[in-house]
Amino acid sequence: MCLAVPMKVIKIQGDPDDFLSGQIAVVDADGISKETRLDIVDRWPELGDYLIIHAGFAIHTLDPQEAETNIRLMREMAEKVEAADAMEKRA
Amino acid sequence: MKYLDEFRDQALAEPLLKELRRSVIKPFRVMEVCGTHTMSIFRSGLRTLLPEGITLISGPGCPVCVTSAAHIDAILAMAALPNTRIALFGDLFRVPGSSGLSLANASSQGAKVDIVYSPMDSLELARKYPDDLIVFLGVGFETTTPGIAATIMAAKNNSIDNFVVFSTHKTMPPPLLALLDDPELQIDGLLCPGHVSTIIGAGAYQPLADKYKLACVVGGFEPADILQALILMARQIGKGEARVENAYTRAVRWEGNSRAQQMVDTIFKPADMEWRGLGVIPESGLAIREEYSHYDAEKRLNIKLTPAEEPKGCRCGEILKGKEVPSQCPLFGKRCTPGNPIGPCMVSSEGTCAAFYKYM
Repeated sequence: MCLAVPMKVIKIQGDPDDFLSGQIAVVDADGISKETRLDIVDRWPELGDYLIIHAGFAIHTLDPQEAETNIRLMREMAEKVEAADAMEKRA
Repeated sequence: MKYLDEFRDQALAEPLLKELRRSVIKPFRVMEVCGTHTMSIFRSGLRTLLPEGITLISGPGCPVCVTSAAHIDAILAMAALPNTRIALFGDLFRVPGSSGLSLANASSQGAKVDIVYSPMDSLELARKYPDDLIVFLGVGFETTTPGIAATIMAAKNNSIDNFVVFSTHKTMPPPLLALLDDPELQIDGLLCPGHVSTIIGAGAYQPLADKYKLACVVGGFEPADILQALILMARQIGKGEARVENAYTRAVRWEGNSRAQQMVDTIFKPADMEWRGLGVIPESGLAIREEYSHYDAEKRLNIKLTPAEEPKGCRCGEILKGKEVPSQCPLFGKRCTPGNPIGPCMVSSEGTCAAFYKYM
């Protein structure tokens, strides 16, 4: 049921304070634009942010830095592992 | 989407696997609650790569699988009514009710059934078919419910009259509490669902960590995400700790998504709910509030649930509780296959039986 892939916001329509204004973001999914509803998203997105989407509704906005932080943490973990391996080999 | 590829990167997964092997100091049993986790673990081959000390148990987190036969029977009864059109997420289409027949059978016999991607699509159907009452089948957990609540709100705001929701919505913490009270189920850690947690927040698992001394780690769906979550869990268990950790910070906050929570709370209220295999669990479901009863299929169509027998021989119930694996079911791979499913765990693409059949 859950789609893990966040999609990049390329256009925003509607007013964040007006539920009746048709709150919609257009996202880019592998070159295809797609509309997603913003009624329940946790943070109103800006262009270039990413959205996690579930059944046509954005449920979470993340900026590219947030994603990169995660990658950096995982890289660091990987580096630590390699360093530990090197120690083991020396021992 | 460059960074996404990096989460799937095999080169990233290998060092994480090494670190996991190093982190497992004592063997532990972990329940992966979410059906999407179950599928990701199988599809990526993680199940066979994990260190020996880790035993994975699949939990009750596939929404179609836990939909009771009584609910499927009620859905089939609605599909048979004149001027009624069923709108649903595709997975439910082939789940048989107590008679052995499914919506797929009903559809081939003339019932009006539409598979939709979003609940909002059912409002389009309502405009397109003004003489039909569109019944959207609300099946899902905390991730799905806010969008359905927003759809009911949109129907009201746009004065769409010929649209109702059949609510079988379920919430995740109550069945986990029920399962963990069962002395037969021995687990040390909980791999908490990713996008359910986006809505309810990582903090929702604190009572489980406190009461049952469980290492609760929220994880994303990519193999690297799952490995990272298991590393944190192994370290906690190795140190004898039991707390909530969040390994999916790019999508999950401690307090969750309050806008979505408010939307759900406006439209729905807690209700007792029947789960396949687990029976009725108090306040584990969501019913539509009185103020919105015009959009409640049970009220508009006067639907009553009647107790129904699960398919004979089917072990879905025990499998959903993590007590049995599919190969222990006498029907598995013989009478029950993805082409001819008897129980819901084989129907859903996220069901444990479907995963075992496809990947084991």
